[in-house]
Amino acid sequence: MDGLSPAPFDIAAIRADFPILASEYRGKKLVFLDSGASAQKPRQVIQAMVTCMESAYANVHRGAYHLSEQATADYEAARAAVARFINAPSEADIIFTANSTMAMNLVAHSFGRGMLKPGQAVIASEMEHHANLVPWQMLRDAHGTELRICRITDAGELDLGHLAELLADGRAGLVAITHMSNVLGTVTPAAQIARMAHEAGAKVLFDGSQAAVHRRVDVQAIDADFYAFTGHKLYGPTGIGVLYAKADLQRAMPPFLGGGDMIASVGLHHSTWAEPPAKFEAGTPAIIEAIGLHAAIRYVEAIGMAAIEAHERALVDHAMAVLPGIEGLRILGAAQDRGGVFAFALDNAHSHDLSTLLDRAGIAVRAGRHCAEPLHERLGAESGTCRASFGLYTTAAEIDYLAEALVSARRFFA
Amino acid sequence: MFDDLRDLYQEVILDHGRKPRNFRRLENATHHARGDNPLCGDKMDLWLAFNEDGSIADAAFQGRGCAISMASASLMTETVRGKTPAQAKAMGAGFRELAMTGHCPACDAALEEDMERLTPLSGVHEFPSRVKCATLAWHTLNNALDDPGGKEASSE
Ligand SMILES: Cc1ncc(COP(=O)(O)O)c(C=O)c1O
Repeated sequence: MDGLSPAPFDIAAIRADFPILASEYRGKKLVFLDSGASAQKPRQVIQAMVTCMESAYANVHRGAYHLSEQATADYEAARAAVARFINAPSEADIIFTANSTMAMNLVAHSFGRGMLKPGQAVIASEMEHHANLVPWQMLRDAHGTELRICRITDAGELDLGHLAELLADGRAGLVAITHMSNVLGTVTPAAQIARMAHEAGAKVLFDGSQAAVHRRVDVQAIDADFYAFTGHKLYGPTGIGVLYAKADLQRAMPPFLGGGDMIASVGLHHSTWAEPPAKFEAGTPAIIEAIGLHAAIRYVEAIGMAAIEAHERALVDHAMAVLPGIEGLRILGAAQDRGGVFAFALDNAHSHDLSTLLDRAGIAVRAGRHCAEPLHERLGAESGTCRASFGLYTTAAEIDYLAEALVSARRFFA
Repeated sequence: MFDDLRDLYQEVILDHGRKPRNFRRLENATHHARGDNPLCGDKMDLWLAFNEDGSIADAAFQGRGCAISMASASLMTETVRGKTPAQAKAMGAGFRELAMTGHCPACDAALEEDMERLTPLSGVHEFPSRVKCATLAWHTLNNALDDPGGKEASSE
């Protein structure tokens, strides 16, 4: 299936693929609205990992026996699948990491310390996840780069005018921006951001942790230099993430971690590095998890990213029709281009109290500040919010049920 | 929809959560500490003033947080008044036991009456992620007693 033409979207069949969705707690059916933190796993992913362990497991790139050769081929096939999934020019452009946090840290270390000069600037934004903010603070403190923060508008969109100002002096070496906010749902105009960065002589990194789950990503079309995402949000296992990095950058960047698998030859005092991407994958990688991620990509591609996007757009439209009418409910952000993420607060209930109530109704939402403390300060929501985030298995009925529970919760605290 | 949660959110808690008592800065305080629950963004400042005999003359706080943490801080400021630091700490230890297990068998009989005032909060023991909300105020109290200068307490 090419994934471009919307496939018939059989929500009942999809839900049946996710064993956990049938579970109950205290007699309430699970309404899982926390996929943005981590998504549930379909049988196809679970089974692929079990099969790997039962019949095709050994360490990779090491043994000359058939099991190791098989595992190596499966691991590399996962890399090729990731490359196709985001339309990378070559599978060699795909570095496997532990998660997107590690991907960002790899860029901060290898590109940041290796290729940026002290005095150059990194531009992040007010709506970054801590994973795409703290590494740049650490780089600044260790390496003497400057950290510039691009503002967002009150609607929760990136302020592109401010970005232009921050780029104007030509000192920016990297623009590190989310492709979709994990709090506001805002999808950022990646191609335009990349064009602006490149015209100012900067490279661009997109944190695609959320975006890659909800939209078809084409790293060539947006001209990303780096693109990071994480397997567990894409219906795959924990412990595996992806960093796409352009080939010339991978060649120029020094390694991140040192150890086995990332070397060409090792002497007691000096070593030489393997060719990319192996140069950036020190130690035994997450083999079983890579197999699981491959299965997850096959799963979403069989449904089709276009169909998934259409389903989620319908859910967002439904939520926008239902939630804003609830008395006392504030929804953060009002971006034009929004993915299935809603952070909200009730006027008479703290986010933690609210999530305890929703949990009783069987609804799993995240409470707090969702690893985006500065963003909550910026939007005057220091006490945190609850966040409902949708997955491909989310239904409009679940959103209706959330709305009903929110009305009851407000009455409870009245 | 949420009737079974009335055990956790008893009327006393909702009341103290909405209208916390002693919610003010204490100008004549000699002891201060700040409490912080980084997980949810709860923050509180606690001030203490003492009588000549060393007992707590006044306790007051300001901050933001969920109904549980506000109610717990509010009830704490009421119950520690008149207590010596040692008694206040013993109450805190008893309260943490109460919050984690729902019982406080070790609570000193001498403090029984005061502990009784805190029992509406015992419901949190069924909600592991909420225990910290209830105990933050008491952690902060310990810090204020140990280090009058105002070190940051964390519920972690
Ligand atoms: C936008 C964004 N960036 C980064 C991350 C970090 O992902 P991980 O914890 O898998 O590294 C998350 C998820 O928590 C996210 O939503």
